[in-house]
Amino acid sequence: MTDALTVHDLDVRYGPVRAVRGVSLSVAKGGVTALLGANGAGKTTTVMAIAGARRVSGGQVSIFGADMTGAPEDAIVRAGVAISPEGRRVFGALSVEDNLTLAGSVAGDSEARKAAMMARFPILGERRRQLAGLLSGGEQQMLAVARALMSAPRLLLMDEPSLGLAPQMIDQIFTIIEELKGEGLSILLVEQNAALALEVADHAVVLANGAVAAAGTPADLAGNAVLRAAYLAA
Amino acid sequence: MEILIQQIVNALSLGGVYAMLALGLAIVFSIVRLINFAHGEIMTFGGYGIFLALLFGLPPAAAVLVGLLASIAIALTMERAAFRAMRGADVVSLLITSFAVSEILKVLFQNGISARPVPITFPPSWSGTYEVAGVTVGVVPTVSIIVTLVSLTGLTVFLRRTVPGMAMRAAAEDIEMLRLLGVRANRVVAVAFLLSGLLAGVAAVIWTAQRGSVDPLMGFFPVLKAFIATVLGGLGSLSGAVLGGFVVGALEVLTQAFLPDALAPYRDAIVLGGVIAVLLLRPDGLIPAARSARS
Repeated sequence: MTDALTVHDLDVRYGPVRAVRGVSLSVAKGGVTALLGANGAGKTTTVMAIAGARRVSGGQVSIFGADMTGAPEDAIVRAGVAISPEGRRVFGALSVEDNLTLAGSVAGDSEARKAAMMARFPILGERRRQLAGLLSGGEQQMLAVARALMSAPRLLLMDEPSLGLAPQMIDQIFTIIEELKGEGLSILLVEQNAALALEVADHAVVLANGAVAAAGTPADLAGNAVLRAAYLAA
Repeated sequence: MEILIQQIVNALSLGGVYAMLALGLAIVFSIVRLINFAHGEIMTFGGYGIFLALLFGLPPAAAVLVGLLASIAIALTMERAAFRAMRGADVVSLLITSFAVSEILKVLFQNGISARPVPITFPPSWSGTYEVAGVTVGVVPTVSIIVTLVSLTGLTVFLRRTVPGMAMRAAAEDIEMLRLLGVRANRVVAVAFLLSGLLAGVAAVIWTAQRGSVDPLMGFFPVLKAFIATVLGGLGSLSGAVLGGFVVGALEVLTQAFLPDALAPYRDAIVLGGVIAVLLLRPDGLIPAARSARS
């Protein structure tokens, strides 16, 4: 069975700096892979490269078996990938509903999915006419996830969905991640909160200084005392 | 009283032209951070389109259409030929590229057509006057006010209600995020240039109808005023550009009408002095652009 995502020996450079060095990871179909590591370890760069927004200088990215290395963003979205990026990046000057409409415009039957999103995230339904910039951080995170789901993806890239949120909101976000996993969506989850991420993930990769420091099942990683001390302290 | 009403009509009509030009500049700037110095040549190109269409015997209404299409075509062409290759370059490189485009077009106008003004003759009825409640008002200024309002309203509806319009507003905020949603940024940028070309084309029609001629520098001076209007309104702010356009137009007409003769040579200095005074009080302009917090 082909994986939803296979990254092999990925290199990404910012000028002379190799921000990502030979990273390999995979997300099984219907699986959740956690991508962990300290600030500046290269997690976001890896995710942005997968999404087509950073130039890949070496290695391969395959999405559902198709080689998408160096493909532009819109081709990667059409291959079934959507992203809820670091910092949420909702369009603050657009209404909640317009954020969703715009994201749905790249796939058909936008109205039905918009209704489904408002049902799944009732707070977005209540605030549909409000400017997205006026939502709270947690609500913006909901919107970022809903916006990503508007293109009907099969693989969701989630970059730091819990960052800066109140504990109650974090619980809600992780409940949603569990639900999406239950519906068969494949997820690559970048998290600083390693303990939480390892609860939902069935595979985990730890990055340090742009390279893979460890990989395995959550049980393997949680049992590794050195890793826990160095990278997973949540 | 009559003079006052006539001057208000003139101010709105001139301000409307500045507003449309400033809006075209602001639309492009808000998305690609390009201060398009060649915007004036888009307007001039539209003027020559009208001239050539009339020369070949097309009826005036068709010539107007040709002028609009010519402006749109040159705007899309300069995006594709000059600015797309510079995507992501810094503001100064983009500005210098637009200087080059502007100079190339001006030389083409001079050598291809004429360095001197060529006449554009619309039907006499277009340049007539009419009377309302004892006040004589020009047809062209009136029509130009109506056309300006229709254009601005149409653009507002487009930006607020349609998906391409939403994409343009989103692109102004965070174009990388828009790409990550799978929206093709090149199309959004092309639509921005198309709209700025259309607005410059409308300005060209109004300008030539009022002045009756085209020359290679026709677009230069009004666009210079439009630049001032965009800065006054807040660089990158669309509503600011429109407001700035009307303010600059009103100041220009008022100083022309009511300034004593001795001060007339200082008209532009007085207008610009007013702009500087406003910017000292509001450095981000009258209606600052909403920019995302991301760097």
